[in-house]
Amino acid sequence: MTFKHAKLLLLAALLLSLLISLFAGRINSYVLFVLYAIGINIILAVSLNLINGYTGQFSLGHAGFMAVGGYTAAVITNQFGDLNAFAAGALFFGALLAGGLLAAVTGLLVGLPTLRLRGDYLAIVTLGFGEIIRVIFQNMNAVGAARGLSVMHGYTNFFWTFGTAAVTVYVVTALVHSTYGRGFIAVRDDEVAAEAMGINTTKYKVTAFVVGAFFAGMAGGLYAHSIQFLTPSGFNFMQSIAIVVMVILGGMGNTPGVIIAAILLTLLPEGLRWLAGIPSLPGIAKAYPFAWVGNTRMIIYSLLLIGLMLTRPQGLFTWKRRPILPA
Amino acid sequence: MTSPSENPLLQTERVTIRFGGLTAVSGLDLQIGRNELIGLIGPNGAGKTTVFNLITGVYQPTEGTILFDGQSITGCKAYRITARGIARTFQNIRLFSSLTVFDNVRTAFHLHLQGDVRHALWRGRAFWAEEKAIATQVLELLEIFHLEKFRAAPAKSLSYGDQRRLEIVRALAARPRLLLLDEPAAGMNSSEKTDLMRLIQFIKGKFQISVLLVEHDMQVVMGICERIAVLDYGVKIAEGRPDEVRRNPKVIEAYLGEERTHDA
Ligand SMILES: Nc1ncnc2c1ncn2[C@@H]1O[C@H](COP(=O)(O)OP(=O)(O)OP(=O)(O)O)[C@@H](O)[C@H]1O
Ligand SMILES: [Mg+2]
Repeated sequence: MTFKHAKLLLLAALLLSLLISLFAGRINSYVLFVLYAIGINIILAVSLNLINGYTGQFSLGHAGFMAVGGYTAAVITNQFGDLNAFAAGALFFGALLAGGLLAAVTGLLVGLPTLRLRGDYLAIVTLGFGEIIRVIFQNMNAVGAARGLSVMHGYTNFFWTFGTAAVTVYVVTALVHSTYGRGFIAVRDDEVAAEAMGINTTKYKVTAFVVGAFFAGMAGGLYAHSIQFLTPSGFNFMQSIAIVVMVILGGMGNTPGVIIAAILLTLLPEGLRWLAGIPSLPGIAKAYPFAWVGNTRMIIYSLLLIGLMLTRPQGLFTWKRRPILPA
Repeated sequence: MTSPSENPLLQTERVTIRFGGLTAVSGLDLQIGRNELIGLIGPNGAGKTTVFNLITGVYQPTEGTILFDGQSITGCKAYRITARGIARTFQNIRLFSSLTVFDNVRTAFHLHLQGDVRHALWRGRAFWAEEKAIATQVLELLEIFHLEKFRAAPAKSLSYGDQRRLEIVRALAARPRLLLLDEPAAGMNSSEKTDLMRLIQFIKGKFQISVLLVEHDMQVVMGICERIAVLDYGVKIAEGRPDEVRRNPKVIEAYLGEERTHDA
């Protein structure tokens, strides 16, 4: 893929999201909420895919970056009362950017010392980092500590959500589809060979981390202004794992696959919730025969992941057959 | 071609590396002249690959210094050494396995990019012009090694010999002044070996580079190298013109010793 008309596609996507957001009043609010969740998860999964998929660094800290961005944006917009539509838009955009930038700085601070670590070690350290972030918010009274933080404005709408998602997809894809960006994949495939080809592997890893963290921070801001209530436990490591599952399910380094996986895995718990709520059919004793699925999202995720690793390690949506290694 | 002793391109001075109790390379003095093709031979485990790893910054020497073009590169990071003009291939092929043949070579061009991340993101006219220029050069390099027909294939789908050739192309794409080839003919039959040696001589002239060639097979190196250094147990035991080296009793002893262990 040459990715030639990318800028036009991006523009079209932005315009389309703007158009849809103008007619969002006609869409059922529950449906809208699920749509926002889909957009936010696309941002999270596609940005994590740059780190875990293309660059091959196993990060388990994405929820931490999301928390930094979410709390930052919420604290900013909470300073303001009701504004007219234009001012609100400008404020929200600024707050999202600020959240993204602070998350990116956090990514830099975490990335520089830790990216020398490989594989499992990096996973453990990033997981620990995510937990530290969560614990910090849990003890920060200014943002409500464990009680949580109310977000006054429900600024998240179709345009901001899918506009940001489109920009995320554009940035990650544009980066990777260039001579410069092949370096990310080279780092993943063989670090020693990459260094021998003059690639500063540390710089590439940190870049992936910072860009990934930035968009995770933006996603956090969108999430905050959609759900309008933040609790530190909403950013625990289960959330990080949920994003990792999207990347693995979609296929590491396969952006379209990861987008599909983000959509499916957002719909899955919603579907399960719906399933849990249907009344019993005549003759079946229990009132809610599928009630058990209500709180088993993580178990289902885990089983899905294990099954997937055993049957399709290349991801659900990677069709290209891996060529067999010559002896 | 200048004689290596005056103004050498690469010079190692008493370079030693120890791994625990094992001295893999011991007090190595080696000079490589400009546009010279020099062979590095020696039995299994003699330390040839370790010398490559020392020169390219994969390992840091325990003692000694390495000068490239008169400046010390001792302790430099591997990618900086490559940027200065030393590129290599690997004995145990290390291609970027999920990238195509074309992209494996393209990746090495990032050293010469004028534009940076912003170009890749903006994708303006300058970006496309540069990408197009790189593509042309990649294909030119692939053609030299008759690999252009595989450009869209995944690197790991190539035959063993083609993978080794692709590694040379990738190294050349970094535009080195010194090219280090670690057993590039391993696993090839004798006619393929001869072809490859001709190609190596050809690129040496075309790109005006120096080549340090590691090869097990004495016959192969004898044919094309101007000078040969012989390692045994990490020590340079001989150096000189091929015919001198061939007659050197220490070299014969080292290689006979190897045959004895092979027979055993
Ligand atoms: N990282 C390392 N740690 C410990 N020992 C090492 C390391 N690298 C190399 N050695 C040892 O150094 C010695 C020289 O190895 P080297 O690979 O350089 O030999 P070689 O001449 O390239 O051999 P071959 O012809 O088999 O490729 C060997 O005994 C090897 O086991
Ligand atoms: Mg070797």
